[in-house]
Amino acid sequence: MHFNFNSAEPIYLQVASQIEEAIFTKNYSEKEQIPSTTEISRDFHINPATVLKGINLLVTSGLIEKKRGIGMFVAQGAYEKVVIKRRELFFEDKIVQVVAEAKRLQISEDELIDLIKRGF
Amino acid sequence: MGIEVRNIKKVFNKKTVLRDINFELEAGKIYGLLGRNGAGKSTLLSIIANRIFSDSGEVLLDGESVFENDNALGNMYLMSERNLYPEGMKIEAIFKNTELLYGAFDLGYAQELADKFGLDTSQKFGKLSTGYRSIFKLIIALAVPAKYIFLDEPILGLDANHRELFYRELVDNYVKTQKTFLISTHLIEEITNILEHVFIIDQGEIVVDGDVEAILDKAYLIAGPKEDVDNYCQGLNIIGQENLGSIHGNYIYGSLDDKRILPDTVSIERMDLQKLFVNLTNISVKGGASK
Repeated sequence: MHFNFNSAEPIYLQVASQIEEAIFTKNYSEKEQIPSTTEISRDFHINPATVLKGINLLVTSGLIEKKRGIGMFVAQGAYEKVVIKRRELFFEDKIVQVVAEAKRLQISEDELIDLIKRGF
Repeated sequence: MGIEVRNIKKVFNKKTVLRDINFELEAGKIYGLLGRNGAGKSTLLSIIANRIFSDSGEVLLDGESVFENDNALGNMYLMSERNLYPEGMKIEAIFKNTELLYGAFDLGYAQELADKFGLDTSQKFGKLSTGYRSIFKLIIALAVPAKYIFLDEPILGLDANHRELFYRELVDNYVKTQKTFLISTHLIEEITNILEHVFIIDQGEIVVDGDVEAILDKAYLIAGPKEDVDNYCQGLNIIGQENLGSIHGNYIYGSLDDKRILPDTVSIERMDLQKLFVNLTNISVKGGASK
């Protein structure tokens, strides 16, 4: 696992989004065990309470399951959930920004559509 | 349960080192004590651990004064910059002595840490480099059975690899023992994410006392053209400023007013703990910390 932390966002949110990213890219597949809170704390020098807070977000949203005494696992259907969530955010997170940048660069709507087609 | 520090004052040679220090340590957390050189960090830690006396105020552990209280003192351990060990004594002998002093000193764990850090325990204390003196003292601090561990500049002279190893072992130790750590340091960036709660001490006073997350949630950089930025920041707690060409930045500590309209030209960014610390403890700046 590779974590790349910055100061722009609270660390617990970054812990959650990095694990989510790993599920999305299938670095963690469904039903696979993920590192323990302690392991993440130790490897990335993050307070265990902070790591736990991040992981609990994923438990609440049904991406991670805790099995008592065994560890934490990627829940079945987690990948699908991440995909649905990201699709919902795709317009706001990506398209709005691309259009704004295109306008600043005086790229027309038709030109932008052509560029997108070329990118596919 | 925990440690209460109440109204601690200390004057050295007519110079007030600590003005009126009040804070609490809850059991089982990792705390940071941040301050510039000469801010009073070491003095404060020495007073809490009962190594030196305050002029007034008191320190309580689980409600009892630590003053001449053997039970309380057995539960606190201060790793300080001062070297309290005989120069000619071998490391392994000091480990054994510590075991005699503190019944439950974990000799096996100390040896294991020594191996990890590459500390030769047959060496004499006086022969150790600055870095290895720190490492040796850290090993003792991690292996003593005390519940409250105070680390005064623990990474003094440690190279990057050893600092990395130390943070690892610290977290490992904390998870296993649930001890309380109070760590003073000026290398803030590296340790920020390990700390749950911080105290920032400046000129003998605690200017910030809060959970790291909550503190950073109130720390902002407002940047843009000077006029727009100053307009937006009116009445906010400005703790510092920065200029890069025509871009002006105001550092804010405190909540922003959500009703204000943010001009297109102005951006809001977050500040890290190091930046916040620098701005709050910069004497040239007029603004102050709001508690």
